Amino acid sequence: MSDTVIKVENLSKRYVLGNIGSGSLSQDLNAAWARLRGKENPNAKIDAKTFDSKNPEFWALKDISFDVNQGDVLGIIGKNGAGKSTLLKVLSRITSPTSGNYKVKGRIASLLEVGTGFHPELTGRENLFLNGAILGMSKTEIRSKFDEIVEFSGVSKFIDTPVKRYSSGMYVRLAFAVAAHLEPEILIVDEVLAVGDAEFQKKCMGKMKDVSGQGRTVLFVSHNIAAIKSLCTKGLYLQNGTVLKSGLIEPVITEYLAENKKIAETGEIPDDFKRVYGNGDARFRKVYITDFDNNVMKQLPFGEKFKIHLEFDATKNLTETTVSVMIGTTSGENFLYSTDKNFSVHESKNFEKGKHHIEIEVDAKLLPGNFYITAGISISKSGFTLDWVENVYLLTVDKIGLNKGEDYPWETVHGYVEPATNWKYKFLN
Amino acid sequence: MNVTHDSDEKWTLVVKPEVNPFDLRLAELWRYRDLVMLFVRRDFVSTYKQTILGPLWFIIQPVLTTLTFTIIFGNIAKIPTDGIPQMLFYLSGLVSWNYFAECLNKTSNTFIGNAHIFGKVYFPRMAVPVSIVISNLVTYFIQFLLFLGFYVYFIATGTVVHPNAALLLLPFLLLIMACLGLGMGIIISSMTTKYRDLRFLVTFGVQLMMYATPVIYPMSLLSPKAQFYISLNPMSSVIETFRYAFLGSGNLNFMHLAYSAIFSLSILFIGVLFFNKVEKNFMDTV
Repeated sequence: MSDTVIKVENLSKRYVLGNIGSGSLSQDLNAAWARLRGKENPNAKIDAKTFDSKNPEFWALKDISFDVNQGDVLGIIGKNGAGKSTLLKVLSRITSPTSGNYKVKGRIASLLEVGTGFHPELTGRENLFLNGAILGMSKTEIRSKFDEIVEFSGVSKFIDTPVKRYSSGMYVRLAFAVAAHLEPEILIVDEVLAVGDAEFQKKCMGKMKDVSGQGRTVLFVSHNIAAIKSLCTKGLYLQNGTVLKSGLIEPVITEYLAENKKIAETGEIPDDFKRVYGNGDARFRKVYITDFDNNVMKQLPFGEKFKIHLEFDATKNLTETTVSVMIGTTSGENFLYSTDKNFSVHESKNFEKGKHHIEIEVDAKLLPGNFYITAGISISKSGFTLDWVENVYLLTVDKIGLNKGEDYPWETVHGYVEPATNWKYKFLN
Repeated sequence: MNVTHDSDEKWTLVVKPEVNPFDLRLAELWRYRDLVMLFVRRDFVSTYKQTILGPLWFIIQPVLTTLTFTIIFGNIAKIPTDGIPQMLFYLSGLVSWNYFAECLNKTSNTFIGNAHIFGKVYFPRMAVPVSIVISNLVTYFIQFLLFLGFYVYFIATGTVVHPNAALLLLPFLLLIMACLGLGMGIIISSMTTKYRDLRFLVTFGVQLMMYATPVIYPMSLLSPKAQFYISLNPMSSVIETFRYAFLGSGNLNFMHLAYSAIFSLSILFIGVLFFNKVEKNFMDTV
């Protein structure tokens, strides 16, 4: 019978948005004066994701409970905004819970970043001690492992050189070496750790496996399902700040993939689709992509132009709204953004109550890869979000081109979009 | 967050949202003493890296300021210095004042200046301001030695000064300055997490406060009424006592000194309470 080393009970974390962090006293006074007169805050952020100004609360975690046993390697998965990072921050004591509590048995160390506190002017040796101490090691502990850490990092030649002279690779290697030699009973790791080249990532993964092999407990957050699968024994699937599924890793991953796939395959958004943002005045029903002949496309030949289709219900008459679409990577970063406002033309759309269909012709040459579509609709002036659906359609762009000779010619893909460019050459000497 | 290390329970750490404001968690800070000392080292080493004169700047700065004071306040404004050589008079005030001012200035930036570290890893946040107070102590001793150098030089060249038993109060004066600088600094740093404006006020405020402290003038120059107001400033008695101990000028008033001590400790206590309250959630607002 394994021992419970972390017990999380009804943990909740609330963020209050808008009225804090304005950053300066004058802005706060300004906002207070505006409130007094019943006007809107002149300094309110114009953001498509802004919340209801009367209820600017956001529960990043809501009533989370789970246990972690000694020796578990717990993989925490979920979409962006599901609460993974907040959970890590609360468990790492970077910020405190709003309600609920958790108990821990044993020393806990968190690695949300490598090289925290590295000072560019200090030498590798000095930084090694400093970073080790920041992560909770004592001086004697660091001293006893010093040779081992330096050996592991492979920068022994430059250990007395200021780290600002290091290449970024050396810097990360030294930083990781320190982190890898932490020996807490419980280790919390964020996926940002998996930076650097493929070889280094392999090393990180190897070290993580060693750590978990020693019967220590690890909490690991990642978007990389393959990594989670190979490392973790248990899983915790978060959605909108709540635990959707937990337990052995396999079923949790299956559930996660199924949930994601179901929507992203067809673009049909079920009635119970959980939104992080939006008040329900509009509801997206379907998001999909077609070619210019209106054939639904899951896989697009390289170089083919496409159309994004949005179907939504307006549950009442909507005035002065802005609809926006985003194309993002599978790890959740949007790199293309478009709206019918086109930024410069201050024209807003009105929608009658009922079903609507929008067709957006996109002239962007996406490079081969997998992409997610995100759509949003908001009030133009205030930026108040009516609906927001993330990563609802998965599009694959092939290396094979539409016509012969238009294939993507290279082995590797750098970036996501090929813009129209004009190259001019000049012979100088 | 309320953190208890209760041995009766099997848990080593229990984190709850409620805070016991009087739990100062000094034991935890003590466990991180290595980190505090490494911060001190970092501050000291990094400040003068890539400067030609290196740690000499610790000495050059007060000497240049003293020269400036001698020219402006001594020779142009002709403010009397109680019969003490101007150089010695200004330096004695400056060395102490610098310690307090540096402690205040630097600790007041604790949260904002370290947000990138605080956002990534937990350690008792108090380790940072405490390390600042200690690393400034190193600077203080260097500058104090400089003062002693001038002091011995002036005695050797025949200046009559009256060192006395008040010299024994020196560690006590240091403690008052450290508490006051740290206390005010962490209060301001706690408030700057919400209001950044304060940061600009601090630099200015500290400068202004120097003129409300007998650094560039002797207390004896003032009218009794002005003396009363100036002695409300807890730094005044510190500077006056320091001068009295080494130079025999000024006066030693134990009442004023006791006032300064109580004031400083209260400020520090309030500061720690404030700091502990802010540290648990400040990452959400920075």
